[in-house]
Amino acid sequence: MVAENRTIRFTLNGQPVAAEVAPHRTLVEVLQDQFSLFGARESCSQGLCGCCTVVVDGRAVSGCLYLAAFADGAEVTTVEHLGNGGRLSAVQEAFLEAGAFQCGFCTPGFVVMASQLLAEHPDPDDDQIRHYLSGNLCRCGAYPEIIQAVRLAARKQKGG
Amino acid sequence: MTVMSGGQVGRSVPRREGPAKVSGRAEYVHHLRLPGMLVGKIFRSTVAHGRIKRIDVTAAQALPGVVSVITGEDIRTVIPHPYYGPAFHDQPILALDKVHYVGEPVAVVLAADPHVADAAAQLIVAEYEELPAVFDEVEAMTSKAVVHDTLKPAGTFPDLKHLEGKRDTNVALDFRLRRGDVARAFAEADRVFEHTFRTQQVLHLPLEPFVSAAETTDSAATIYTASQSPSFVRIEIARLLGWPENRVRVKTAFLGGGFGAKLYIKLEALVVALSLMVRRPVKISLTMEEQFYTITKHASTFRIKSGVKDGRITARECEVWWNGGAYADIGPRVTQKSGFTAAGPYDIDNVHVDSYALYTNLPPAGALRGFGIPQLVWAYECHTDMVAHELGIDPVAFRRKHILRNWRPQATGTVMRDAEIEAVLDRLAARMDWAKPFDRGTGTIRRGRGIAIGFKASVAPTTSMAIVNLYADGSCALYCSTVDMGQGSDTIMAQIVAEVLNLPVESVTVVHPDTDVTPYDMATLGSRSTYHMGHAVRLAAEEVRAKLAAMAEELGLPPGSNVPVAELFRRKYGMQAGNVVGSGSYIPAYKSPDHDTGLTPNATPYWMTGGTGAEVEVDTETGQVRVTRLVNVADVGKPINPKIVDTQLSGAAVMQLGFTMFEEMNFDGGQVTNASLADYKIPGLRDMPVMENEAVAAEQRDGPFGAKGVGESGTFGVSPAIANAIFDAVGVRLTKLPLTAEAVYRALRAARGQPLAEE
Repeated sequence: MVAENRTIRFTLNGQPVAAEVAPHRTLVEVLQDQFSLFGARESCSQGLCGCCTVVVDGRAVSGCLYLAAFADGAEVTTVEHLGNGGRLSAVQEAFLEAGAFQCGFCTPGFVVMASQLLAEHPDPDDDQIRHYLSGNLCRCGAYPEIIQAVRLAARKQKGG
Repeated sequence: MTVMSGGQVGRSVPRREGPAKVSGRAEYVHHLRLPGMLVGKIFRSTVAHGRIKRIDVTAAQALPGVVSVITGEDIRTVIPHPYYGPAFHDQPILALDKVHYVGEPVAVVLAADPHVADAAAQLIVAEYEELPAVFDEVEAMTSKAVVHDTLKPAGTFPDLKHLEGKRDTNVALDFRLRRGDVARAFAEADRVFEHTFRTQQVLHLPLEPFVSAAETTDSAATIYTASQSPSFVRIEIARLLGWPENRVRVKTAFLGGGFGAKLYIKLEALVVALSLMVRRPVKISLTMEEQFYTITKHASTFRIKSGVKDGRITARECEVWWNGGAYADIGPRVTQKSGFTAAGPYDIDNVHVDSYALYTNLPPAGALRGFGIPQLVWAYECHTDMVAHELGIDPVAFRRKHILRNWRPQATGTVMRDAEIEAVLDRLAARMDWAKPFDRGTGTIRRGRGIAIGFKASVAPTTSMAIVNLYADGSCALYCSTVDMGQGSDTIMAQIVAEVLNLPVESVTVVHPDTDVTPYDMATLGSRSTYHMGHAVRLAAEEVRAKLAAMAEELGLPPGSNVPVAELFRRKYGMQAGNVVGSGSYIPAYKSPDHDTGLTPNATPYWMTGGTGAEVEVDTETGQVRVTRLVNVADVGKPINPKIVDTQLSGAAVMQLGFTMFEEMNFDGGQVTNASLADYKIPGLRDMPVMENEAVAAEQRDGPFGAKGVGESGTFGVSPAIANAIFDAVGVRLTKLPLTAEAVYRALRAARGQPLAEE
C-alpha cells in the first residue's frame, strides 16, 4: 500500500484511456472503480469461476488476478464491448434465445468466453464447448442451456 | 379462479432482464458505490467455542487509512441489545462475551480502501478461554458442551414458546408427530427394516457473495442489500434500533444467486450499526471464503425404521437430527416444516416422527433449496429401495403400491389435494423405460439406474402484498417485494398482470423491492412466490380491472365496451393524466400442528412433488461414478412460464448433483479446511449428464392460474436416485453423502471381503 501509483495507458473497448493505478490493484477493480464497467466482476478471487473474465490482447484472462499495471499498452475488451452500436452480438442473442442464464452474475464471463471459443473454433462440438468453458462456473446450473446457446451462436455466426 | 384469455400466462415469455444480463449491465448490490463510503473487513474467531478474554485492536487502529475498528461491545453504544434471528434472538451482530464457532465475526475494520481494511484486520489479536465444543448433531443431544447458556426464542413462532429460558440444552426444537399406533404395528409386522443415513454440511455458494451497505442519519437508515427478504430486514432492523418501520428503508437489486442463503439478517444489522457509529455509508462485501462462515445447509442424521406386513408398510418411525450450527437462523422451521413429511409421500397408517434442531459449534445452517427436504428424501428413498430389494419387489411397483393419493390423509392428517405424486412416478418410470430390460454391462464398467420421489409442503402461513399502478397511457408498473434472484419472478409476475389486464407483457414494468415503495412480502423462499405473490399480484390487477370498469361506467360507456385505456383516462381527466391503483394481499388458510401429536387438518396450502431418475456408470476398479442421465419430473401445477419452469427444474437438479457427488465442507476442530472454490468443487460443464425435465399435467386448483412453486422440486430425488442407481450397478449401498469415488471404492472392497483400512 505504500508503493507508488503509476499511470497506465491502454485501449479499453476500442478507446485509448489512461488510469493511475496502485501496483496491487487488479484489472477488475480498475475497470469497476475507474471506468464504471461492472460486467467483469469478482467472485471467487482465485481465477476459478470465470465471473471476472476479460480479454487482454486477444487472450481471456481472470481480471481478479490480473494486475492492472500489466495492462499498460494492452488492448482490453470487456463484455460491454461485444455487439455493435447497442445491438447484441450473436453470442448474446443466443444466450437470450436459449435462456442460458438465471441470476446472470456469471453470464458476462460465459458470454466473453463463448465468444473467444467461437473465434477460435467457429463450429465447436459439445466436447470442445465443455472443455473450453470448464473454467466458468454457473451456480444456478444453466449448463444445458449454455451448451445450446453456444451451438446456436455458432449457427448464427455462420449466418444459418 | 377467474381466468381471462389474455394469452400471457402459460407462455414461455423471454426473461425481462435478459438483455441487461447478457451485456453485463444488470444491477447488483455488489456494484454499489455510495459517496463517502467506507468498506468493512471482518475479523473472525479462530476457536470453535470460547470466552473472549481480550481483543487488541491497537495495531489495526494505527494502520494509516483505517478509520475505525469496532468490536461487539462498541455495537452496544448504538444497539444496546444487538441479538437477532428469525426463530431465536441468539445471534449477536459481533461476538459478545463468547464465540460459538470458527469464523464468527468478532470485530470490523473500516477504511475507504478495501486493501487497507483487509491488511488491518490481520493485525487484530484476540485471546479466548477455550470451552469444550460439540460438532456432531447426535452427540449434541447429550453433550456436556452446551452452545448457548439459555434459549431465547424470538416469539414469532408459537411452537417455540415452550423453549423460552430453557438452560443446559442444545435442542432448539423438538418436533414430534404421532399418528396411529406405531408400537403395535411394529409388533404385528412380518418384517422390520431399520437404517441410518447421514448428509454432510454444504453451502449455497452464490457467485455474488453476501453484500450489504447502509447509509444512515440519526433518524433514518437506508440499507442496500442482496437479500431475499427485504421486508423481514426492515422489521428486524427497526426492532433492533427501536425505530418504527418507516424510518428503515431496504432496497435490493438483482441477486447473483440466493438459494436460501440471503435470508433474514446476514450483514444488514452490522452495516447499519457501523454506519450509525461512524456517520458515513458503510459497505461490506464478503469474499468467497467468508461465505463458508456465514450460512450453510444442515448436516443431518436420519434413523428410519419400517414395519412390513403382507408386503405393505404398516409402520414407520423417523428420528432426524439436524445440525444447526452455532445460531438457529431458520433451522427450527426446517426441523418442523420438513419434519412432518419425514415418512415420505406414502400412505402409511402408523407414523412416528421425532425431529430435533441442534445447536453445535459449527457455522450456522439455514434454508437451502428444499428447506430440509433433500436430506429427508435422501434417507427415505434409499430406505424404500432397500426394503423393496429385501422383499424382492420392483422398486417402482413397491412405491406405486404405497403412494399417497389425493383425498387420503398425509401423516399430519391433512387430506392431500392437487398433489400428482403418482403421475410423477409414472412419468419417471415411462421416461426411464423402467419396464424394459437394462444393460448393466460387464467387465469393469457397470451400469445402473435408480429413481426417487419426494414431496414438500409449502411454508405457511405467510403473507404477500402487491400494488399495480396503471398509467394514463395504458402501461403499468407492478410493485412487489419478491426478489428476482435468477428464478424469473419478474417475468412471471409481469405475465400475471398482463394476463389479468389483457395487456402485452412488455407493457408491465416490475419495480424492484424497496420497502419505502413496494409493499410487504414475507420473503422469496421455499418456492412460495408464484403461489402467494402470484395471488397478491392477480388480486391487485383484478382491482385495477374493476376500477377501470367503474371508470368506464362513470363515463357513460356501455358494459364491455372496448375503449382503449388511454382514451378512458383522457375522457376522465381531459388529458394524459391520472393513475388507477389496485392492491392485493394474500395469506392462505393454515392451522399449526398440535404440539403433542404434530397433527393438523391444514398443514399447507399446496404440495410440491419432485422425482428424479438417474443412470450411472461405475468403474469397479476405481469407484469412479459417472452420472450419465438425470430425468427430473415434477408437479408444478400449470406452469405460468414453461421455459422458466424447465430451467428451474434442471438448475435445482444440477445443484443437488453437486451436493450428491462431491460437495462437502471439511472441518478440523471446527475450522473449515476447504473454504474456497479451489478446494470445494461445485458442478461445472464437464459434470453435466444428459438432462431431461418434465412438468406433469397438473393443476393447483386454488393457485393463481393453476400454478404453484417449482424452485426446489428438482432437488428432491437426485441424491437417492443416484445412490439407488449405484446399488443397481454394483450392489453396494452408500448411506452417507457425498457419493465420492473413495466411498464407492471402499464399499466395493468391503463387499469383496477386502475392506480398506480407515484413514
